Amino acid sequence: MHLLSSLKIQQAVYRAISEITFNCDPQVHQALSKAMANEHDEIAKDVLNTILTNHSLSPADKIPLCQDTGTTVVFAELGTDLHITDGSLYEAINNAVRQAQQDCPLRASIVNEALFARHNTLDNTPAIIHTEFTAGHALRLVIAQKGGGAENMSFLQMMSPAASSDDIVSYICDGVLAAGSRPCPPLILGIGIGSNFEGVALLAKKAIFEELGRANPDPRYAELEARIKAELNARGCGVQGLGGNNTVLAVHILQAPCHIASLPVAVNLECHAHRHCEVWL
Amino acid sequence: MSFKTIKLSLPLSPEEILDLHYKDKVLLSGTLYTARDQAHKRLCKILQVGEQLPFDLAQTAIFYCGPSPAAAGKICGGIGPTTSSRMDPFTPTLLHAGLKVMIGKGDRAPATVDAIRAANAIYLIAIGGISAVLSRCIVSCETFLWPELGAEAVYKMQLKDFPCYVGI
Ligand code: SF4
Repeated sequence: MHLLSSLKIQQAVYRAISEITFNCDPQVHQALSKAMANEHDEIAKDVLNTILTNHSLSPADKIPLCQDTGTTVVFAELGTDLHITDGSLYEAINNAVRQAQQDCPLRASIVNEALFARHNTLDNTPAIIHTEFTAGHALRLVIAQKGGGAENMSFLQMMSPAASSDDIVSYICDGVLAAGSRPCPPLILGIGIGSNFEGVALLAKKAIFEELGRANPDPRYAELEARIKAELNARGCGVQGLGGNNTVLAVHILQAPCHIASLPVAVNLECHAHRHCEVWL
Repeated sequence: MSFKTIKLSLPLSPEEILDLHYKDKVLLSGTLYTARDQAHKRLCKILQVGEQLPFDLAQTAIFYCGPSPAAAGKICGGIGPTTSSRMDPFTPTLLHAGLKVMIGKGDRAPATVDAIRAANAIYLIAIGGISAVLSRCIVSCETFLWPELGAEAVYKMQLKDFPCYVGI
């Protein structure tokens, strides 16, 4: 049995949040530079150029990449041979969120309940944490600061098992285009296909944090990813809805088994700010 | 460049607004006020009971923005637009009270588009996810109303060459 102090987890999560708030993922920067090179529309180019400038000003000026510093979302994979001492994983993460909110400082963007009171918790807690158990004695954390604009435009449908891949492509493309500029395109699409109602939403969220632009290992799904990307970029919403051929940077699908009566599809939208990282402890 | 870039200062005259066209780039200067959902609710309540707002809507702009807090020694934190369509239900009331310029992101409902056009007002689109760039365009920033709302309070901001694009 290996021991890991909750303070170590707290420090690692704190460092991660402080880092991703100001420093753009180099892969996103690269993808946006590529988008800039192939963009046809002059306004879209102008905006892409500004986004790329923001990537260097943000760490230099210590101003967050985006003022919506997001909800902290954590996927934790906890080795069954690992024991956390002096507190729990959840406490450690929430302590880190609280501390980062104070020090960065981050915008206090979380309310205590969705309906009625909507009192701001003032410290960005609670984080949304998903835990899975793995073999071994490591703790892997995928940490993200997820903005509200893109999250709000996400969608889910329990489709008919008779639906074809064409039906799925149109459902997804129509949904993304209906969102227009609200999720701040260019976007990363996390798509879940399969599982059940809650499972498909989790697949979609997880898919966002796959390595940017990676193709699904199953060529049938990889082709579907490529089709969705090509169709969306051809249909002209463009950077911040101002037109052009760069509505999406990447499409990631994760698939899972499901009930004979089901074909769940979920699409989780992620904006170009895409603040995320991976930590191993 | 195939699009027009125009430097303007608030308040905008009716002629300046008429001269703007969809997708023109505007570098905006002058004083404006931020307001998100909660502030819109409160501003509309004040107008509905027949009272005066503490600033003249006709002379300024409303920016749909909830900034991130300023670090010690900084003028402001991260600046950027929030989704405008959430403000659609309140927009006619504010237009009626004289509002001419709104800044946010995303499409407006068809009825809001009509109301904005009918009032000879203008909707400008700011870009999301470029907070550090936009923060450099803020000359001053102070909490103006309802500090208890945090990011949703009304902030008074002075802008210098703030980039945005004509949306309506
Ligand atoms: S969707 Fe992303 S880039 Fe746009 S405002 Fe929200 S966090 Fe910022």
